[in-house]
Amino acid sequence: MKTELDFIQPVAGEQFEYSYKAEITNVYPLTRMEKLYQIQLVDPVEREQFIFRPGQFVMLELPGIGEAPFSISSSPVRHGDIELCIRAAGNMTRFLDRVGRGTRVGISGPFGTHFPVEKMEGEDILLIAGGLGIAPLRSPILAVLEKRSRYGQVDIMYGARRPSELLFGYEYAMWRQFDVGLNIIVDQEEPGWQGPVGLITELLKQRIADSVPDRFREQTSVIICGPPVMFRFVCDLLISAGVPVEKIFVSLERRMHCGRGKCCRCNIGSTYTCLDGPVFDYWSVLNLKEAI
Amino acid sequence: MLFKVFPVGELIRLFEILSADRIVGPVKKGEDQHGHSLYDFDVVHDFAELRLDYTQTIHSAKNYFLPYREDLCTFTFQDAAGAGGDETGGSGDGQGRPNAAGARDGGSGDWQKEVDYGVYAPLVLFGLHPCDINALNKLDKVLLGGRYPNPFYGEKRANMFIVGHSCNPQPFCFCKSMGTDSAIRGFDLFLTRMDDLYFAEVLSSRAFHLLEQIDCREPDSREHRRYLNEMAVKESLFVAHVDTSDLTKILDLEFQAPVWKEWGEKCLSCGTCAQVCPTCYCYGVEEHVDMDLNHGRKEKKLYSCNLLDFAVVAGGHNFRPESHTRLKYRYYHKHRGFVEAFEESLCVGCGRCGQSCLARITVPEVIASVRASK
Repeated sequence: MKTELDFIQPVAGEQFEYSYKAEITNVYPLTRMEKLYQIQLVDPVEREQFIFRPGQFVMLELPGIGEAPFSISSSPVRHGDIELCIRAAGNMTRFLDRVGRGTRVGISGPFGTHFPVEKMEGEDILLIAGGLGIAPLRSPILAVLEKRSRYGQVDIMYGARRPSELLFGYEYAMWRQFDVGLNIIVDQEEPGWQGPVGLITELLKQRIADSVPDRFREQTSVIICGPPVMFRFVCDLLISAGVPVEKIFVSLERRMHCGRGKCCRCNIGSTYTCLDGPVFDYWSVLNLKEAI
Repeated sequence: MLFKVFPVGELIRLFEILSADRIVGPVKKGEDQHGHSLYDFDVVHDFAELRLDYTQTIHSAKNYFLPYREDLCTFTFQDAAGAGGDETGGSGDGQGRPNAAGARDGGSGDWQKEVDYGVYAPLVLFGLHPCDINALNKLDKVLLGGRYPNPFYGEKRANMFIVGHSCNPQPFCFCKSMGTDSAIRGFDLFLTRMDDLYFAEVLSSRAFHLLEQIDCREPDSREHRRYLNEMAVKESLFVAHVDTSDLTKILDLEFQAPVWKEWGEKCLSCGTCAQVCPTCYCYGVEEHVDMDLNHGRKEKKLYSCNLLDFAVVAGGHNFRPESHTRLKYRYYHKHRGFVEAFEESLCVGCGRCGQSCLARITVPEVIASVRASK
């Protein structure tokens, strides 16, 4: 006998609550607050089949403690050997701060949209990061560096509060070796700091002033991640310099409890940051109320 | 659609046949200070408890398909340093590797995850009004659609038998404005009371066979007219209205309207509206370790976008710190965002949120005030 609800097929439930079992294989302290966690999917087949694009995120679960979304900081070519850059800021991350290598965690994903670095081939790339925003940007940075010859001029602009809060400092020399313009600015000086002091918009203004205007307008793709206040200032500068809104990509942060478009916590209007984001082009952002 | 009629007295037989399964329906829970009856959905053991003459239940029936609390999974922890580690370690790759001392801090040397959708028996929802049936239809779109259909909800839905019942519009009901005053799908059987007769709409073969077991016949043309007359009477009883024309655009245009702040000042951010709403489905997840330290679980709790910390991220930034931004978001999700995604509103006009709101904020008033903004 059929009921009216027979159209509802038992759904692929394993998918919904499935998480890959993974192991923390290494922990690098980056600063006082942030650590880089190297996490490996335990099953070799799952590890190989774990394919993500730069800008996507995973849900990291510490069983019994909590689950939260984190952007992947490693290169996509490494598949299921991922790296997550995590600040000890909440209950779960403070717990994570105390665990060591060998801890088994759950990883689900990858979720969300990505920075379309393939489509940017042939263009000049501008990567702009503020604070912890460098964490999601490291994946597109590495993806671009791996195919460096396919891109024009590549610039990274990175602003942090203090020099001691700069992340991935050990990689800067390597990035520069790939013919990348890396400019760093801090809000507050500390002894030994030789670089500029100020806001990231100053670096951007300088870059715009140094550029050939036509080329900047027509051949530049921009990738941005930072605190909410940074987006508007940076994007306004870019737009007034003539960069089309659809070539500016931002990664937005929101609270999430599922990553699968069901918990509604990450909604911006009708848009789910987990499904339609976290990477949005700026045209979409302009169409979202209260996005930035 | 097939139509049948049967005498009102046959309903108890219908109920008893269905009562082989668990039946949830409207029952009287008490009275308010004015002596009006208060109803809610609950498990019905006896036909006499079933109050099909109910006005509106305080809560929707959602606890039976979207429980307020639900375990998404349970964990069994195994200390990898102990003897059990290798036996149950699962994949071969991790077995040879000793867990560092740090893992002990984590309490998660290794673990097994078990998922149970918690659906063991069929459920009969008896006496849902059209608004609540339409609420389920709307939830189906978002929870069973997309890339990640929710099996916790899907399993419950697939095990449901729904008997709808006609209603008497209350002063706070605005379902007619939302187009949800009648249900055309999403039920097995829908009963409309016509004095001594029930006029039944039959949507499923199970309902069809069910009616074969009671004293039931085809309606004649006179009964068709009686049914249509009942519908016309019901239609005339609506008092509350919401003008939904161009509402999505008006909401976008009035995003900065000062009325939102006025409503925000009244709103207590208590989340009651979401608790009683038949379509509010947002949730939060918390994980717990059992007292024995060997087990844990991941618990889903329904939440409300009006609660202060709904959009707080790690580090403390709140994307909607003011009460009015949260209240506004609730309206934008119901009346604009969902319309954009599914071409219908998420609100079914049951009026429960306005009835339960301690600050007496009602949907018709909020929308009228936004429409009147200058």
